[in-house]
Amino acid sequence: MAVIEEPLALPSGTTKARRPLGAFSRPRNATGLVDWLTTVDHKKIGIMYGMAAMFFFIIGGVAALLIRLQLAAPNSTILSADTYNRVFTMHGTIMVFLVVMPIGAAFANYLLPLQIGARDVAFPRINAFSFWVFLAGGLMLNSSWFLGGGANGGWFNYAPNNGAAFSPSTGIDFWNLGLFIAGIGSLSGAVNLITTVLNMRAPGMTLMRMPVFVWMTLVTQFLLLFAIPVLTAAQLLLLLDRQFGANFFNVTQGADPLLWQHLFWIFGHPEVYLMILPAFGIVSEVIPTFSRKPIFGYPFMVFSGIAIGFMGWGVWAHHMFVSGIGPLSVTAFSVATMFIAVPTGVKILNWLATMWGGKLILNTAMLFSIGLVTQFTIGGLSGVTHAVAPSDTQQTDTYYIVAHFHYVLFGGALFGFFAGLYFWWPKIFGYKLNEKIGKWNFWGMVLGFNLTFGPMHILGLQGMARRMQTYDVSMGFNLWNLVSTIGSFILGVTTLLLFVNAWKSYSEWKAAGRPNVGADPWDARTIEWSIQSPAPEHNFDVTPTVSDLDDFWHQKYAEDDEGKLRQVATGDELAQPGNGEGVHLPAPSYWPIVLAFSLPIVGYGLIYSLWFCIPGTLLTIISIYGWALEPADDLDIDDHGHGPDQEMEPAV
Amino acid sequence: MTAIPVEDAVEVADDHGSDHHDDGHHTSLGLSNMKLAMWLFLGSECLLFGALISTYLLSKARFLTEVLAGNPEVLGTLPANLIEEFQAEGSVEPLFDIPFTSASSFILLMSSVTMVFAHQAISKNDQRNTRLWLATTAALGSVFIAGQVYEFTTFYNEGLRFDGNLLGSALYTLTGFHGVHVTVGIIMLLSLLVLAFRGKLNQDRAETLELVGLYWHFVDVVWVLIFTIVYLIP
Repeated sequence: MAVIEEPLALPSGTTKARRPLGAFSRPRNATGLVDWLTTVDHKKIGIMYGMAAMFFFIIGGVAALLIRLQLAAPNSTILSADTYNRVFTMHGTIMVFLVVMPIGAAFANYLLPLQIGARDVAFPRINAFSFWVFLAGGLMLNSSWFLGGGANGGWFNYAPNNGAAFSPSTGIDFWNLGLFIAGIGSLSGAVNLITTVLNMRAPGMTLMRMPVFVWMTLVTQFLLLFAIPVLTAAQLLLLLDRQFGANFFNVTQGADPLLWQHLFWIFGHPEVYLMILPAFGIVSEVIPTFSRKPIFGYPFMVFSGIAIGFMGWGVWAHHMFVSGIGPLSVTAFSVATMFIAVPTGVKILNWLATMWGGKLILNTAMLFSIGLVTQFTIGGLSGVTHAVAPSDTQQTDTYYIVAHFHYVLFGGALFGFFAGLYFWWPKIFGYKLNEKIGKWNFWGMVLGFNLTFGPMHILGLQGMARRMQTYDVSMGFNLWNLVSTIGSFILGVTTLLLFVNAWKSYSEWKAAGRPNVGADPWDARTIEWSIQSPAPEHNFDVTPTVSDLDDFWHQKYAEDDEGKLRQVATGDELAQPGNGEGVHLPAPSYWPIVLAFSLPIVGYGLIYSLWFCIPGTLLTIISIYGWALEPADDLDIDDHGHGPDQEMEPAV
Repeated sequence: MTAIPVEDAVEVADDHGSDHHDDGHHTSLGLSNMKLAMWLFLGSECLLFGALISTYLLSKARFLTEVLAGNPEVLGTLPANLIEEFQAEGSVEPLFDIPFTSASSFILLMSSVTMVFAHQAISKNDQRNTRLWLATTAALGSVFIAGQVYEFTTFYNEGLRFDGNLLGSALYTLTGFHGVHVTVGIIMLLSLLVLAFRGKLNQDRAETLELVGLYWHFVDVVWVLIFTIVYLIP
């Protein structure tokens, strides 16, 4: 935070009576629950993102197990066709928007400022708002379970099926408005994090010295910045169609329902890259650390990520090969899709080359990273087969597609996130996760995952359509479906081992008198390891000055006279002591959470009665003004007019 | 980190307030956080308007095709005289009053000029002219909105319904969505004006005014696009 780095105008403890603009005080000394509800600390917000995502992960996981239970045997009637539609739709929607995206946001929030040497993000209050509005949207979406059943149009929610004529129940409305609201959070988060990375780097932290994770998150946030508004536009059209009788997808008026598919996938394909890139960033930190080598081809890592970010915009219609978009379009998108495999392949090769000849330490974080590299490669290869349009025509809407995207999203993104959790857990919570349970966690998930999704390749090529509620004995799908269901329960149980591990490791750590895990338990490379664990509230005692890529490593290791690499200092010797005296942090605020939860009131109003929109809108307006007129969060800023994020109108 | 000149014109306007520490020299790019954020937000808005403009173009084309083909479902949503004019011209131009909308567009564009005056005034700490030009900008924006309300009323009276056909849905949505943006801009301008009259809009807050200005100019530029695409191109 540019402002806070300045010497303070006032000695700490002195308060000023002047309230320059507003009459609302900020909850400066809040504790307990109020502290969490009003915090603007990027680390706490990151933890809350992670916890909320895990909460939704359990809901989405239960939905997944219900699907597998229904499909375990032919002609099963555990779920009715209608319930089945709702369960798979909610499963997909929750996993994409409320699990994978927010876990990425959790890591981004926690790590970005630490990795670039900043005190916090550029706009701490907007950061809190981004989280709360994501949670508000997610809760609103999930409230549909109790208010007439979940959405039932698939996570892509194609028109014209999503219209009031074909989907009269309110599930689609909850899908539409819940994601609309959550999207506002993604957008404001993107603006915030991009500004943070571009503008708040520590001295010497040039763009090409940033950790790969920071780069991948930057690309991710740019994708969000430009992808979310396209989805928002599509959702606005759907909202007007469903609630106000517009005709955008009304075929009887000559509308083209393919418009929805185009808009959705122009958003949706960048979306798949913005789900995987944070995980790519995470393993790009984990693999060098546990290979005891620098990342191989850092510039290639960076530029391949940027290339993926750009090319991700030119491949959306490969989701639409069977929709009749014409041979020329099919050819163009087919070629583009094959081409985008190149930068992804570059990354795989660079990870392999990083490990090649390294002194591999195969702990849980490293195993999960290798799991990503392996399983993502399988998913990537099946993805390339979709690029071949004639082949894709056979695979579309079969379980082959389901197998593909689970290999990249679960086998790729989630394995990467698990690697990140095991790796950064000591930095976040101050103790390491148990390695023994961790290895059970990993191997159980590998087994369960491949048993669940491997057979789906076969089922898909046999012709089993996705989204079908059941199948007949005579179709020959019995065996692999049963295997897949068994696998899914192994996967479910072993995934829960993460929670068991967290609880057990915490209890043992507590019983042992909370020993200090040390600033740098992994002998790692980047500057977030140069501060105490768990990270102190103020991050860095002194803003670090960076002179290398992997700066912390270069402080610890140097070449001796014979050119041999020697350790010159340990991480704990170099670590900052964690003394935050004289550091002024942004003050917490009530307004982000109030503003965030005023939006669903408008949303419910749009669904049930427009009268509800009035208090919702009023509360929204009050919160915006309350926010803008709140006293500046730093005492000395009042003299200069505005604080770091004061007067910034929230995005949208 | 080398400073990257993102927007020279804006940076020049920042030369006031050398004691103003948030305006650049501490950030890695030399551009203040809020200004960078505003540019990013506006970049995002481009995609939003882009999607809606594409939707309008597609919907209008499909609407015309159906009208020319004589689809009774579509023809039933419009009065006969409007259908005849659309069919005779082969376009939806007869709906529009180009001179009227040109005039209101001109007014909106002029409001960008007065916005620049307001910014210049606050850069010189000229409170009186800051208030004057802020008020003028807000007034011009309001005239534009009044014109849009009048125009919508006319469309409605001519028989074009929002829930009737594709053209109605797309036209009201695109121009209305822009109108909402202008309205939000007016509210921000009026908020600044209230601050100014309470004496809280001093030179150190020039950047806040500048950010509102950026938003305002963006909304105007988008209108140039919408005006051209919706009204001028047959």
